[in-house]
Amino acid sequence: MTLTLNHYLFVSGLLFATGLAGVMLRRNIIIIFMCLELMLNAANLSLVAFSRFNLVNGLPDYNAQVLVFFIITVAAAEVAVGLAIIVALFRARQTTHVEDISSLKF
Amino acid sequence: MSPILFYLFAALTLVFGVAVVANRNPVASALCLVVSFLGLAALFVGLDAYFIAVVQVLVYAGAVMVLFLFIIMLLDLKVEERRKLNIPAYAGGTLVAVAFVAQLWQVLERFGAGHAPMPAIWPASGQTSIDDVRNIGTTLFSTDNLPFQVIGALILVATIGVVVLSKRELK
Repeated sequence: MTLTLNHYLFVSGLLFATGLAGVMLRRNIIIIFMCLELMLNAANLSLVAFSRFNLVNGLPDYNAQVLVFFIITVAAAEVAVGLAIIVALFRARQTTHVEDISSLKF
Repeated sequence: MSPILFYLFAALTLVFGVAVVANRNPVASALCLVVSFLGLAALFVGLDAYFIAVVQVLVYAGAVMVLFLFIIMLLDLKVEERRKLNIPAYAGGTLVAVAFVAQLWQVLERFGAGHAPMPAIWPASGQTSIDDVRNIGTTLFSTDNLPFQVIGALILVATIGVVVLSKRELK
């Protein structure tokens, strides 16, 4: 039983599906945000797996790992801005439940 | 990485990932997310991406999760009260996730390169290990130098944006 690329890609896909289901099932805006992070991490796992299985001169493909580094950086910035928006929203509406925030709903 | 460790950490990541979605208490969800990220970092170590694993623990399990917990406690969120179950949303969400996994399974079955075992890495002569951090640094500062500086500008913009958003009254 040896590990193949498919093992890692399938774990990554399952993690992505978990995050996707969370975004659609949950109604708490903070939990939705956590599930978004879960999906970003699933993408990172598949990138690192492709980097390790696609050797360049006997070493992993470091372009993929630099891309993962960028994704982590952007995700950190995104979390900071998103949580600031959530705090501003909570101040205005006193709720984090998405069904209570419907003034833009047609 | 031995298959046993892979299955252990993959199970850890996935089980706690599901726990994030299933928990009613936001604090418990956030703590489950930390464990899920740590399991993922262990998977990165298994893929010989030591630098990414360390960054994952520092940035995600450290900084991002502290931010999440800080906001949850600042907003003083309680355990969600049960509301009327939104059946179409639950059915739709589960259906889309299951369909995605089924389709992925189909694609991976036919993906020939995915069935090959993990190739062995051979470090350059004179090196004992793969010098992960040096290689990433070389790539980052030579071929990907422009994106790196753009990311710096992005973080500056994000910082200013957060300060503006956090002001008492938004104009």
